[in-house]
Amino acid sequence: MFEALSDRLQRVFDKISQRGVLTEADVDAALREVRLALLEADVNYKVVKSFIKRVRERAIGQEARKGLTPAQQVIKIVHEELIRTLGEPGRLDLSGPPPHVIMLVGLQGSGKTTTAGKLALRLRKEGQRPLLIAADTYRPAAVKQLEVLGRQIQIPVHSEGTEPPPPDIAVRGVQEARKKGYTVAIIDTAGRLHIDDQMMAELEAIRDRTQPKEILLVVDAMTGQDAVRVADEFNKRVGLTGLILTKVDGDARGGAAISVREVTGVPIKFLGVGEKLDALEPFHPDRLASRILGMGDILTLIEKAEQELDRKKAEEAERRLLEGTFTLEDFLEQLQEMKKLGPLSQLLEMIPGMNRLARQLPAEVTDKQLKRIEAIIFSMTPEERRNPRIINSSRKRRIARGSGTTVQEVNQLLRQFRQMQQLMKQLRKGRLPGNLFGGLF
Amino acid sequence: MVLSKLFKRGSQEDAERIEKSLEKTRRGVFGHIAALFQQQELDDEFWEDLEALLIQADIGVQTTEELIDRLRARVQKEGVKRAADAYALLKEEMLRLLGEAPPSALETPRLLTVVLVVGVNGSGKTTSIAKLAYYLKQRGKKVLLAAADTFRAAAIDQLRLWGERIGVEVIAHQPGSDPGAVVYDAIRAAQESRKADVLIIDTAGRLHTKYNLMKELQKIRTICARQVHRAPHETYLVLDATTGQNALIQAKKFKEAVDITGVILTKLDGTAKGGIVFAIQKELGVPVRFIGTGEQVTDFAEFDPQAFVEALFRQDT
Ligand SMILES: Nc1nc2c(ncn2[C@@H]2O[C@H](COP(=O)(O)OP(=O)(O)OP(=O)(O)O)[C@@H](O)[C@H]2O)c(=O)[nH]1
Ligand SMILES: Nc1nc2c(ncn2[C@@H]2O[C@H](COP(=O)(O)OP(=O)(O)OP(=O)(O)O)[C@@H](O)[C@H]2O)c(=O)[nH]1
Ligand SMILES: [Mg+2]
Ligand SMILES: [Mg+2]
Repeated sequence: MFEALSDRLQRVFDKISQRGVLTEADVDAALREVRLALLEADVNYKVVKSFIKRVRERAIGQEARKGLTPAQQVIKIVHEELIRTLGEPGRLDLSGPPPHVIMLVGLQGSGKTTTAGKLALRLRKEGQRPLLIAADTYRPAAVKQLEVLGRQIQIPVHSEGTEPPPPDIAVRGVQEARKKGYTVAIIDTAGRLHIDDQMMAELEAIRDRTQPKEILLVVDAMTGQDAVRVADEFNKRVGLTGLILTKVDGDARGGAAISVREVTGVPIKFLGVGEKLDALEPFHPDRLASRILGMGDILTLIEKAEQELDRKKAEEAERRLLEGTFTLEDFLEQLQEMKKLGPLSQLLEMIPGMNRLARQLPAEVTDKQLKRIEAIIFSMTPEERRNPRIINSSRKRRIARGSGTTVQEVNQLLRQFRQMQQLMKQLRKGRLPGNLFGGLF
Repeated sequence: MVLSKLFKRGSQEDAERIEKSLEKTRRGVFGHIAALFQQQELDDEFWEDLEALLIQADIGVQTTEELIDRLRARVQKEGVKRAADAYALLKEEMLRLLGEAPPSALETPRLLTVVLVVGVNGSGKTTSIAKLAYYLKQRGKKVLLAAADTFRAAAIDQLRLWGERIGVEVIAHQPGSDPGAVVYDAIRAAQESRKADVLIIDTAGRLHTKYNLMKELQKIRTICARQVHRAPHETYLVLDATTGQNALIQAKKFKEAVDITGVILTKLDGTAKGGIVFAIQKELGVPVRFIGTGEQVTDFAEFDPQAFVEALFRQDT
């Protein structure tokens, strides 16, 4: 249902672009679709309204830029404005004397406790000495949950059970950090409703008595229209310094990020992209903007794909992919085409027709992993690429040596490539499995 | 007190608590709707305001447009002039969307009823299971819980603590063990040593996009079906009322994978409206069965569409 969005926009502006001059009516037709896209992405109604107004003002009467049809230009403005609203990624402020106190707040179940563990792990990698503080005395086994997470990553947890008041626990936790030379103290607080006056007052008490450098609102990417009210209330009561958007590994468009940014004005600092403790990523406004619009990186598509990517070749590849006659050679060719286009995260999305598959990509795709795949395929003979079945163990050893990888990695690639072909066959039968590119990257 | 009658069951105290938490909802968007209908004429501004309010309740653009179109048509056809009359019609249309739920499998007498509870991360599964168990226990059922979330840190402890609080036994294995094995053992225990009437299975939160995790749920289903005739008899999707449009995709994917039979709508004590359940009922035919209105075990009630819509629209702002 949402999948059709990019096509829908494409259609609107195909229609417009055939006409050349961009009239007010054209802009409005395009913006109607944009408005729908944003609302379906859970951007708050009022936020959408002011956003569309801004875009409209910028779009109408603007001089046509070279190489872009007027309609493409509207989309470009939408994209830019979205990126601007999302703002620059924020960094954690760890200035001043340690221990730096970080406090996590948010609604029930948004991901605070997990994110506390993720932050601790990340900060330790950056050379800090983190201490976790278990200040949720309400939810059954919340303290234990943080302790278990702490043990998993070998980071100490200050906990006092569930009897003492949370502000007392927080204060003593920070004292312990100071005494024992920890450089960061991360306070996990209980989930609470923004309208729960008593619980919000408790957060104020924790804040006043521990003087956090960072107060981060943890927001579920699936949040709907209410995000504005939640963020506004938390910001008014405790004064936020940043946002962390969680569960971005799902397929929610994450429009709440726009809403929350707009009402609080504080920067988005990280994205949570999985349940594991290393699943915390920096935030890239351009990627999130594309995701919210639900259209791959349509602008990059417009600007680059048209010129650089051989559409026919890509379509041919996709057809063969679906028929199961897609070879490793095709795959390599695709990778190289895609690399011309820039950021790898968007690579598949930019191949016409491939964006459906790209949605299945895990968020953790990195350049490094791709380079290894490429190196392995490079080390194969053309015959091997076309017909991977002939790759016996001595060939595998040669390929591994040639690519600076291991036989296991070669095996893995071959196995996953076979799985991909299988999955493609299923796809053709109309069954799209959840994570197509699962272990490939 | 209207609500104590409307919500079919529960003590006076329960009803009051639910009433109190829904109060906020009514004061919010739906309260506005009521106010809107009181003052305005049926002009363009009226229709625009109505759209704004429905969308902000997470009802979704498409469902909102359908509702408004139908209301417009009826207003036209029935010659409605006053906003208050239009309001009555809107209530009717919304109720119609929620439809009549088929009878719950919890009511059917059988040796052992198996209830599987699924949903995305953090939606409120474990808490809702404790509430449901308590609810059934109050109605004289012997309930057993299966801790089949062996993945999340301290998930087993969380369910165990709830079990202790409400006096219901929990069957659990070690963290990290096979959830299927827990379910297998729990069913055997329910049938043999414990002689339970109802077994409720807690599962790990999972995003519907994770292929392997959805497969795991299917495996659990198969284990249920192999041991108990037609089990699981109910499969509830636990949905956070704060969730936006993604909830519809969630419901769709969970329905495809494990054939959910009902929704438990949690966190209605906040300001979110849970309006997406209209679309879920409309498109998937999956009814809301229960609502959660707080973190205590008694913050729970049967969902009654009539009561839900009535309560949301009550003009008491
Ligand atoms: N898929 C996914 N799951 C996540 C992410 N972050 C947290 N979770 C899961 O979401 C659920 C809730 O996370 P918690 O960390 O317990 O949330 P919380 O905000 O501490 O919850 P309360 O303390 O009850 O308010 C757990 O199942 C986590 O594993 C994420 O980025 N992606
Ligand atoms: N305000 C409110 N909070 C709720 C409600 N139901 C659950 N919660 C809270 O939401 C948080 C998550 O609840 P859980 O029951 O742990 O959720 P879950 O779906 O089992 O989470 P995972 O197993 O991690 O996926 C906890 O803090 C609960 O206390 C409700 O109806 N209202
Ligand atoms: Mg927590
Ligand atoms: Mg749980």
